[in-house]
Amino acid sequence: MTDSSEPVDTLALACHQVCKQFTVGQRTVEALSDVSLSVTKSSVVGLVGPDGAGKTTLLRLAAGLLVADSGAISVFGQDCDRQVDSVHQLIGYMPQRFGLYEDLSVGENLNLYADLHGVSQVERQQRFDDLMHMTGLASFTQRLAGKLSGGMKQKLGLACTLLSQPQLLLLDEPSVGVDPVSRRELWSIIEHQVKTNGMTVVLSTAYLDEAERCDEVVLLDEGNKLDQNTPAYFNKLMQGRSYRARHAELSNRHLQTLLSGQTGIVDAVIQGDSVRVVSESKDLLESPAFKQISDKLTIETTSPRLEDAFIALLRQRHPVAVAKTDHSAVKPESPLSDEVVIQVDHVDRWFGQFQAVKKLSFTVNRGEIFGLLGANGAGKTTTFRMLCGLLPPSNGQLRVVGVDLRKAAAKARARIGYMSQKFSLYSALSVKQNLEFFSSAYGLRNAKREQCMQWALQQFDLVVDQDNESGDLPLGYKQRLAMACALMHEPEILFLDEPTSGVDPLARREFWNRTNQLAASGVTVLVTTHFMEEAEYCDRLIIMRDGDILIAGTPAEIKQQVTTAELPEPTMEDAFIQLVEAKQSNE
Amino acid sequence: MWSQIVALLIKEFLAIVKDKKSRFVLIGPPIIQLFVFGYGATFDLDQVPIAIYNEDQSIASRDFVKRFTASTAFTQTLTITHNEQIKPALDEKKVLAILHLGPHFSRDLYTGRQSAIAQILIDGRDSNTALIALNYMQSILAQFNLDWAKQHHLNLPPAQLRIRAWFNPNLESRWFIVSGIIGLLTLVVTILVTALSIAREREQGTFDQLLVTPFTPFQILVGKALPGLIIGVIEASFIIFMAVFWFKLPMVGSLAALYLGVFLFVFSVIGVGLMISSLAVTQQQGLLGAFLFIVPAIILSGFATPIANMPELVQKLTLINPLRYFLVIVRGVFLEGLPAEVLFSQYWPLAIIGVVTLSGAAWMFRRRMY
Repeated sequence: MTDSSEPVDTLALACHQVCKQFTVGQRTVEALSDVSLSVTKSSVVGLVGPDGAGKTTLLRLAAGLLVADSGAISVFGQDCDRQVDSVHQLIGYMPQRFGLYEDLSVGENLNLYADLHGVSQVERQQRFDDLMHMTGLASFTQRLAGKLSGGMKQKLGLACTLLSQPQLLLLDEPSVGVDPVSRRELWSIIEHQVKTNGMTVVLSTAYLDEAERCDEVVLLDEGNKLDQNTPAYFNKLMQGRSYRARHAELSNRHLQTLLSGQTGIVDAVIQGDSVRVVSESKDLLESPAFKQISDKLTIETTSPRLEDAFIALLRQRHPVAVAKTDHSAVKPESPLSDEVVIQVDHVDRWFGQFQAVKKLSFTVNRGEIFGLLGANGAGKTTTFRMLCGLLPPSNGQLRVVGVDLRKAAAKARARIGYMSQKFSLYSALSVKQNLEFFSSAYGLRNAKREQCMQWALQQFDLVVDQDNESGDLPLGYKQRLAMACALMHEPEILFLDEPTSGVDPLARREFWNRTNQLAASGVTVLVTTHFMEEAEYCDRLIIMRDGDILIAGTPAEIKQQVTTAELPEPTMEDAFIQLVEAKQSNE
Repeated sequence: MWSQIVALLIKEFLAIVKDKKSRFVLIGPPIIQLFVFGYGATFDLDQVPIAIYNEDQSIASRDFVKRFTASTAFTQTLTITHNEQIKPALDEKKVLAILHLGPHFSRDLYTGRQSAIAQILIDGRDSNTALIALNYMQSILAQFNLDWAKQHHLNLPPAQLRIRAWFNPNLESRWFIVSGIIGLLTLVVTILVTALSIAREREQGTFDQLLVTPFTPFQILVGKALPGLIIGVIEASFIIFMAVFWFKLPMVGSLAALYLGVFLFVFSVIGVGLMISSLAVTQQQGLLGAFLFIVPAIILSGFATPIANMPELVQKLTLINPLRYFLVIVRGVFLEGLPAEVLFSQYWPLAIIGVVTLSGAAWMFRRRMY
């Protein structure tokens, strides 16, 4: 079946020259083209790649839910097309949104899936106990699945998938929107299964630090397999090309803006108190961008990580699009204004018996990038919707530019821009029609309107796509269009709700570059995210958990709190986990 | 202010026209229903199967039978020769009725000593059809009596009915039904377009985006109501056009009186549709809500069964049904040629329903603004 050198039956998953095409609207998308890969038994393999790389398609083909256009896929030697039924006995597949019945309790959901998988009554209890113990859900069996937090839902989904004791576990982005603590628990469950049951796991992920925990990583891009190897191999590839840079006068954000997109520099991101720079070759200092400012720069090498290799490999295929930064405009940052533009004062929000937001208070100053971090269900989106006037608070006061947007005149809303989590533009309308509609909505007219639309099309690289239906655009482009629509009227305050959710690292960099530029021009940005590492881009942030503020401050201040001798350079994720654990032990 | 509403209108129309499903709702069902109802739904009897049991076998009895079988309303599908055949013919629904002439039919007819008896055995399970069929038979018999008396120089019946239908002279039920369809289809299309409009945006998350723009709730409401009004009036015009030029309904009254009615009717229906829409979170809920309204609205409108036949309480309930008023208007203008002044009593309730439902929609939609 495959011409792989290894005997077929030891391979948990074997793909041989697999092709799959989809037709979306008027365009044909090559989801997978000529992909061959093999996964050995009892290994954990991570699929990584930008949106539309074909990760989900590959998993669905392996699960026998789709049929390949050409090529062959087999699971433990069983063909996924012709022997679907026996393949289904071997695999457990957890899609991105697992089908939990929200109106059933945790126990009822488990029973239902046990029935569906034909688990006998005798075995059932033992398995339930094991799984409930492993997932830490034992004390919640009576609770409705709909009332669980994002992390708990995901763990329950995994438990339901594990009920049939599959030999090959296929997980599609299992940790999206899950808080770091639950994420760690998910991983320990997966690793436990591999160790004790010899299970094979194939998972797709947007978190590259997660991919680093896999035995092997498969890098996909636009339906092509770029590489498959161990994380150590990828790191070795990057040896000596990762640096940390600091500038005596410029802020990290300015340094990053200055460096990113320059020739010779593959990647520049803020990490802790310095800027992480990945160079194209081993001599970073030769780069012209560096020579300019090298006298005030301190540079040290640092150990590479998988993300560096990932970005480097992708950059070869997708040269940087955003090199439009006006470098002459980069000057030492003006001190932040202390004019308060957003004020949240003891705000509560109840949904029936459930308190989504608890006595929340914070302020945001003009020109700040303010982050609202936390896992799904932490209360970020509720807070966000109250600020935009989409939801009234149960108690307390919210003021944006001095007014309550819920009660204020419509004119006040012209001063804010809003971009929501879900793509919320008119998908039946073309890119241009969407821009036309939103520019008119904000009262732009005639020459001014034309000018703003041209600016949006140019700035966001949408000129080519302007007559395409926006619903057919790839996710990254949809997000650009949404941002363009939110920015055309030059708002003072920009509300961004999970703008990077489900967006790959490349698009995320592009997004943050734009946001940084906006902030530099004096726009206040309020952004929610569940990516802890994105906290680094914020001037100040609060981390929310269960409707409460876990901690507030600048990224440095927050990390300061958990810095110890063993952990000299904690990441934001470390900080989150430590703070949650400290809080739980107090309770 | 108005340029923003125009932007909303353009967006709304583009969304409806470019979306395959809503485009279909606008074009497909109305045409299909127009033809299905226009041709299919009728109260007129056509080729009803009957059986003949003629024991007399004379010229007179054959002439009598022929009057029945020659009529387009009836067709003879069975000939009965024995009493035992009667029961199965009716039980098995082979025929609707059996015309039985006894052996003395022609003798009684000629001697005139006693009335000649023609027995009708009719299947009463479908009482409506049975009554209509009997009605036809009665008139065939009356005509026979008259002709017989004239031919044999007998005394004419002492009194007889002479009927002339004042409106719809041939009493064609298609006129009644097609005029009703104008109201029915306008109702269905308008309510679907409006009931789905806010729900669709809520489902797709675009409603939030709309609410954070500087549009006022009033502008959004107008932006949602106007497309419904335009589409509803166009839809009604199309069906009126088809009624006149395809189904050849007479258009006795004034177009202005009719269009005033169309406008007010669509206006009131939009209010109901937007009320449903502001309550629905998903399109599915919107659709369900629309049908919960449409079905009783049609049954309690007088479209098929007269409101006067309904129990008192239900009759009162029909007062809040916009279709009830519109059917009076459309039939009044089409078949009777009623002028606008006479129809005033139908216009104002529509206007009131429209104002109440639209303000209700506006209120609910502000309340649900979260």
